Amino acid sequence: MKEKPELEKEKKTKPRVKMREQDPLKRIRNFEEVPYGYTPDEAADEASRCLQCKRPTCRNGCPVEVDIPSFIKLIKEGKFIEAAWKVKEKNALPAVCGRICPQEIQCESLCILGKKGEPVAIGNLERFVADYEAEKGGIQIPEKPRPTGRKVAIVGSGPGGLTCAADLIRSGHQVTLFEALHKPGGVLIYGIPEFRLPKVIVEREVEYIKKLGVELVLDAIIGKLYTVDELLNDKGYDACFICIGAGLPIFLGIPGENLNGIYSANEFLTRANLMKAYLFPEYDTPIKRGERVAVFGGGNVAMDAARVALRLGAEKVYLIYRRSEAEMPARKAEIHHAHEEGVEFLLLTNPTRFIDDGKGNVCKVECVRMELGEPDESGRRRPSPIKGSEFQIGIDVAITALGTMANPLLTKTMPDLKLNKRGYIIAEEATGMTSKPGVFAGGDIVTGSATVISAMGAGRRAAKAVNEYLKWRY
Amino acid sequence: MYKVLVSEQLVPNIHLLKIEAPTIARKALVGQFVVVMVDEVGERIPLSLADWDAEEGTITLVVMQVGTSTRKLAALKADGCILSLAGPLGLPSHIERFGTVACIGGCYGIGAIMPLARSLKHLGNTVISIIEARSKNLLYWQDKLQQVSDELIFTTGDGSSGYKGWAYDPLKEMLEAGKKIDLVFAYGCTFMMRLISEATKSFGVKTRVALNPIMVDGTGMCGVCRVSVGGETKFACVDGPEFDGHEVDWELLATRRTTYLEEEIRSLQRFECQQWYFETSKAMEARVERKA
Ligand SMILES: Cc1cc2nc3c(=O)[nH]c(=O)nc-3n(C[C@H](O)[C@H](O)[C@H](O)COP(=O)(O)OP(=O)(O)OC[C@H]3O[C@@H](n4cnc5c(N)ncnc54)[C@H](O)[C@@H]3O)c2cc1C
Ligand code: FES
Repeated sequence: MKEKPELEKEKKTKPRVKMREQDPLKRIRNFEEVPYGYTPDEAADEASRCLQCKRPTCRNGCPVEVDIPSFIKLIKEGKFIEAAWKVKEKNALPAVCGRICPQEIQCESLCILGKKGEPVAIGNLERFVADYEAEKGGIQIPEKPRPTGRKVAIVGSGPGGLTCAADLIRSGHQVTLFEALHKPGGVLIYGIPEFRLPKVIVEREVEYIKKLGVELVLDAIIGKLYTVDELLNDKGYDACFICIGAGLPIFLGIPGENLNGIYSANEFLTRANLMKAYLFPEYDTPIKRGERVAVFGGGNVAMDAARVALRLGAEKVYLIYRRSEAEMPARKAEIHHAHEEGVEFLLLTNPTRFIDDGKGNVCKVECVRMELGEPDESGRRRPSPIKGSEFQIGIDVAITALGTMANPLLTKTMPDLKLNKRGYIIAEEATGMTSKPGVFAGGDIVTGSATVISAMGAGRRAAKAVNEYLKWRY
Repeated sequence: MYKVLVSEQLVPNIHLLKIEAPTIARKALVGQFVVVMVDEVGERIPLSLADWDAEEGTITLVVMQVGTSTRKLAALKADGCILSLAGPLGLPSHIERFGTVACIGGCYGIGAIMPLARSLKHLGNTVISIIEARSKNLLYWQDKLQQVSDELIFTTGDGSSGYKGWAYDPLKEMLEAGKKIDLVFAYGCTFMMRLISEATKSFGVKTRVALNPIMVDGTGMCGVCRVSVGGETKFACVDGPEFDGHEVDWELLATRRTTYLEEEIRSLQRFECQQWYFETSKAMEARVERKA
C-alpha cells in the first residue's frame, strides 16, 4: 500500500541531465578530457531540478560551505557569471573542484532528491559556471586592498597553498608562495592527469592568483634552500603556512619490487603529467609504455594510473585491489570510467612477489586471492589471504598506488614542530595552528592523503587564523 | 631562469658550467647535488655540485655528455639560460678529521671530488687524490686537485700520462703495501665505484660512494632513485647520495640505471638530427646572405 505513491513520485522527478562524454574506445587513445561539460541549456535544465529547499542540507556537505542553492538559482535564471561569482565567494578553484571533488559523498549525498532518485548534479553545475566565466572573460580581479605591511610565506603550491595565498593577499598582506617543483599546482599538476583535469585550468587559476599579487618562487625546496626559521627570522616573514602534501610513496614491501618497470604511482604520474612523457620523444622524459600493466590500489590515484597506462598504449591493464569494489575509496565516476575503458578489475587479490625476466625487468607478478573478515579500524572489512590460491599474471609494467606517507624533508629541519607518530604535522583543525608560534599547517601533510577540497578548506581556515594572529601580534 | 656565466669544454665530452644561483650557493655543502631541467621540454636530471661560491653567488657543474639533457647543457653558451635548478639536495658528506683519506674521482666525479678533497684537507686530513681517465687528454682539474691534496696520482688506461691502469690499481698497491688509509671516497661512474669498493672491502677500509641512479624530483616524492644498501631499500636523493660502498647492491644499481636505455638512444638520435638540421640550415642561410 505504502509503496505505490512513492513510486509515482519518483517518476515525477526529472532524471539528471547526463554530461556528454568522449566515446570510451576513442578516448583511451588520447589525453583529452573525458566529459565535455554542460551547454547553457543543459545547465539550466539540470538547475531547474533543484527544489531550493528552505533548509538546504547540501551546504553542510561542502567543506568550504559554498552557497549551493543560491548559485543554482542564479543558473536557473540564466545568470551564469553571477552564479560563478557566488561560488567563488567560498571556493577559489571551482573549475577544479567541479571536476574532481568526491561530490557523491559530500554535497550531493545530502541532496533531498537523492533519497528517491538522483541528486542534483552539483559538481557538474559548479564546473559549468566556472568554465563559462573563464570562457566569457568575466574573470574579475578585485581591487587591491590597503597593504598591511605584513609578509606571509606559504610553502607548497597545491590546492591548500593556492587557496591560502588567494585569501591572504586579499587581506592586504604580502604573500610569497614557495614551490619545490618547476611548476605550481601540487597534485593538480603532477598527479591528476590531463584527461581528468586539463592543465590549462590549473594554469588559469595560478595566473589569477599571480594577478592578485602573490609572488611565486619555484624550485624552492624549503628545508633545503631556506629553513622555516630563516624565512621567519632572516627573510622578514611574519607568519608561515605549510601545505606540502604527503608526498612519500609507499611500496608493497614484497620481493622483486626494485625490478625495472615497477613504478610508484607518484613517479608514473609525474613522468606522464608534469614531464609530459606521453609526448616522448618531443619531450625528453621517457616512460615505459607497457603492453600488460598491473596497477595496485583502489583509490583515485590507482584509477588515474590505470587510465594513463591505457592511453600510453597498453593492451591490457589490470587493477588489482585487495578488497572488493564497494570498499574502493576512488570517486564513483572514476571507477565507472575505468570500467568503461576496459580496465580489468582483479578484486580481492593481493600481490605477493614480482618475477624477473633474467635481465632485471619485471615479467610476472604473483598474486593471492583474499577474503574479507571483520571490519578494521577504518570500518572497512579486513582482507586476509586464502592459502594456496596463488596465481601468476604476465606483465611488463607495474604501478603501486597504495597511498603516501609524510615526507620528512622539511619537518626534519624543524625540531620544535610537533609531529604525530606517523610524521604528520599536528595542527589545530579549526585554525591550522601548530606547536610553533607563527607557523600554521594544513592539507595532506596534516590529515594524510585526503581530498583537494579538504586541503582548500584547511588553506582557507589557516588564512583566517593567520589574519587573527597578525592582528594580535602587531 | 638561471643564467649561465661560464660554459667551456674541459676535455672532450666533459663540460663545465658556471651558473648564477646565489641562494643555492649560500646553502651548498660538500656531497650535495642539484636537479636541473634545461628547457620547457627537458628532463629533470641530478648533477653533483663540483664547486660553489657563496660570495659570487655561483655554482659550478661538471657535466659528462651522455644523453640528450647533458648534450643540451653542454650546448649552452655563456649568457644562456637554464629553466629550472633545484637544490642543494641530498645529505651532505659526513666529514671530520679522519687521518689519511683517499679521494677517488673518475669522469664527472673528478669535478665533484675536488670540493670534498678541499674540505677534508681544510679539516687537517692527509689527502691522497687519485683520478682516472682512459687517456691523458681526458684528465682535467689536476691543478685544482694538486692544491688541495697532499698527494695526487693520476692514472690513464692507455698509460699516456701518470700511472698506467685505473684508479683502483694504485689504491690496491698502497693497501697491499700496508699503507694506512682510514677512509676512501669514490665519486664517478658506477663501475669504478664498484671496483673501488670491492678492492677496499678485503682490507676493511671504509669506502663512501656517491650513487647516481635515475632521479626525477630529488625530494623523496617519486621513489625512482631507490637503491638497496645493506639489504634495505633507500631513496638515494634523500637518504644519500653517499652510502657505504661495501653495502651497496651494485648489480641492482647498474640494472636500474639502464631502465630507459632504448629511449635514451632514440631521444639522442632525434636531438642530433635536429642539431644537424639546425646547423646546416644556419650555414645555408649564411651562404645565401653572403651571396646577396
Ligand atoms: C593521482 C591523484 C589523484 C587524486 N585525485 C583526487 C580527486 O579526484 N579528488 C580529490 O579531491 N582529491 C584527489 N587527490 C588528492 C588530492 O590531490 C590531495 O589531497 C590534495 O592535492 C592535497 O593538497 P595539498 O595542498 O595538501 O598538497 P599537494 O597538492 O600535494 O601540494 C603540495 C605542494 O607542496 C610542494 N612541496 C612539498 N614539499 C615542499 C618543500 N619542502 N618546499 C616547497 N614546496 C614543497 C609539492 O611539490 C607540491 O607542489 C588525488 C591525488 C593524487 C596523487
Ligand atoms: S628522485 Fe624522486 S624520490 Fe628520489
